[in-house]
Amino acid sequence: MMIIKNKTVVADDWVVLRLAGNETPEAVTVPAGKIIVPLKVWQTQRELLQTRAESGVWLNSDERPEVLQGEVAKFSVIAVNFPRFADGRGYSIAYNLRARLEYRGELRAIGDVLRDQLFYMQRVGFDAFAIRADQNIHDALKGLTDFSETYQTSWDQKNPLFRRVPRTGAELK
Amino acid sequence: MYRYDNYDQQIVNERVAQYRDQVRRRLSGELAEDEFRPLRLQNGLYMQIHAYMLRIAVPYGLVSSRQMRMFAHIARNYDRGYGHFTTRQNIQFNWLKLEDTPAILADLASVEMHGIQTSGNCIRNISSDEFAGVAADEIVDPRPYAEILRQWSTFHPEFAYLPRKFKIAISGATTDRAAILVHDIGLSVLKNARGEIGFRVLVGGGLGRTPIIGSEIYDFLPWQHMMTYIEAIMRVYNQYGRRDNIYKARIKILVKALGAAEFKRQVDAEWADIKDGSSTLTVEELQRVEKYFTPPVYEIFSGDDPAVAVHKAENKAFANWLQRNVKPHKVPGYAAVVLSLKKTAIAPGDASDLQMDAAADLADRFSFGELRITHMQNLVLADVRQADLFTLWKIAAAQGMATPNVGLLSDIICCPGGDFCTLANARSIPLARAISERFESLDFQHDIGEIEINMSGCMNSCGHNHVGHIGVLGVDKQDGGEWYQISLGGDQGNQSAIGKVIGPSFTFQQVPQVIDRLLQVYVRERIEDEKFIDTVRRIGLVPFKEYVYATPVVPDARLDDEAYGLLKDQNSVAASYAVPYFTPRF
Repeated sequence: MMIIKNKTVVADDWVVLRLAGNETPEAVTVPAGKIIVPLKVWQTQRELLQTRAESGVWLNSDERPEVLQGEVAKFSVIAVNFPRFADGRGYSIAYNLRARLEYRGELRAIGDVLRDQLFYMQRVGFDAFAIRADQNIHDALKGLTDFSETYQTSWDQKNPLFRRVPRTGAELK
Repeated sequence: MYRYDNYDQQIVNERVAQYRDQVRRRLSGELAEDEFRPLRLQNGLYMQIHAYMLRIAVPYGLVSSRQMRMFAHIARNYDRGYGHFTTRQNIQFNWLKLEDTPAILADLASVEMHGIQTSGNCIRNISSDEFAGVAADEIVDPRPYAEILRQWSTFHPEFAYLPRKFKIAISGATTDRAAILVHDIGLSVLKNARGEIGFRVLVGGGLGRTPIIGSEIYDFLPWQHMMTYIEAIMRVYNQYGRRDNIYKARIKILVKALGAAEFKRQVDAEWADIKDGSSTLTVEELQRVEKYFTPPVYEIFSGDDPAVAVHKAENKAFANWLQRNVKPHKVPGYAAVVLSLKKTAIAPGDASDLQMDAAADLADRFSFGELRITHMQNLVLADVRQADLFTLWKIAAAQGMATPNVGLLSDIICCPGGDFCTLANARSIPLARAISERFESLDFQHDIGEIEINMSGCMNSCGHNHVGHIGVLGVDKQDGGEWYQISLGGDQGNQSAIGKVIGPSFTFQQVPQVIDRLLQVYVRERIEDEKFIDTVRRIGLVPFKEYVYATPVVPDARLDDEAYGLLKDQNSVAASYAVPYFTPRF
């Protein structure tokens, strides 16, 4: 499928594994290949999965990134699921993965990922976006460039505007 | 007041462009209503019963005359000739077309305004003291801090999809006029014994379904840490605030569930990581912003203007207005003037385009071109020479903005209610009108003295009913009728308290009579010039309750649908939208 990665639309061969109703994290068979597994599957099948060439894991919005403390470097991809675009926990999860857990690999937004959320998502540390299937991905790309300047710090911007640029004072207006 | 630099202007201009494209996609059908909803809400656009409503941010309630004239322009050209000032110091327009809204936001951007984050589950416009900078009891002018927080919170990427809306209020005076105890975060700017500036930080206050007074989690946060500490609060809330139940999603529920001490512990743990980081406020930035709020060049007067006393002695109407609508100023020879938007039979907080233009003219002529919007839904001219008061009064009176009722019975706080709002259980504007008509006599109102009647059409409490001395709340009953619950003993400010419900609810036609009975008890029980709320505090609810319910309250038949019906003069309006919609909710 196509995803947005590093601000361009690219083909991608990772597959997101989502458990069916009758599957359990312990028992599910993870197919061969590049699979992004649910956090619980990683936690229960870690020994097996980490022998693979490349690993991927995804967190739901109600899961905590700290449980991956010390092992984030094992992953080529960490994905954060947005069950609904209005569920904003994923933004803090991403920020924490980058800022606290020092994860430097691909951080992908999956689930209800729409054009008008992308600007904020890239700011907190996402660099890959699996746009919801019914959306036009080329159109969504435009969402990354809605604004050319920002006031506050986040993962993408280590200094607030007031430390970065000289701003006009009252006497100059 | 603060003026945009190129960066502020660019950010707002890009927002207009982004929104214009979103509306285009909505109108073409590319965006479904449920996808468009959060986008329009983050620009302040609601879908109400009759039409789209736009809420415009007035940062900490401060507007220039130029901006006020733009409101008049919008009222005239896109609305029905009026706007509504809200309890959060903003303005709302009620009768807009979706296809006009990009042009309206472009017009607003031309005067450094917008509707950003006036709605949705994000950090809302920050509110403050309407007498900031001029109040005699001010410790520190809160406006520079409010402006710095405005910028910090604008488009904060991590906190745009919070569990629920988030409101911050900031006050810098000994008397709290910003209701900081009933906000998600309330900040009080203080000086410590060494003269250093810092904040008392309160968290988890709020009204709505579960009214709670905020808890202090920091007694003196040095000013440099304002943004990092609030960021820590927000990050804890964003991750742990409830998202399963809209009625339990505000931060107050999280603070209550964890307890203030545990909440503070979590915030402090979060803060430890970012404290002293690059978001720490610098002296340079604070001074840059402070320069926009330096006092105007006042004339030197030795004391009160003698002519005022002369006019006061000769003219009772002017004397009444002086007593109620003119407030003290820290500079000798100056006063702050409240322009009342509570004329009988006008919806509280409504102003016509002509009134807005007139208010702008008054600001230019008498008050350095600035106005403030109050959370009591009036306007303030903060820097008026006392020598100008008599002239100003005559002009304001001719425009219907000098009713001498500030702080009195007819200075009712009122939400839009069932006439406009899709959430309301009951109407509030016509009831406010019925009450102010029943007690129209100004002599009676002056005799009753200071009293706050706050009215909301539903639990969401936009009319601050919980903190009204008398609170009126439209409640949902199975019979589908309009019922109102009456509460007593609420208060805002330093002595903030949540009112208690006095008993079973009443119909629209009974409420004015119930208010009358409450006032009768007060008149009977008061000691000398004791205020209503003080009598309630002293004698408790029981005497009021007993008298109100002692005999049946006969519904006032004059308050019939013919006279007070739903939007009587607009009854031909049917809900109509340019695009298909889900249900018009929010």
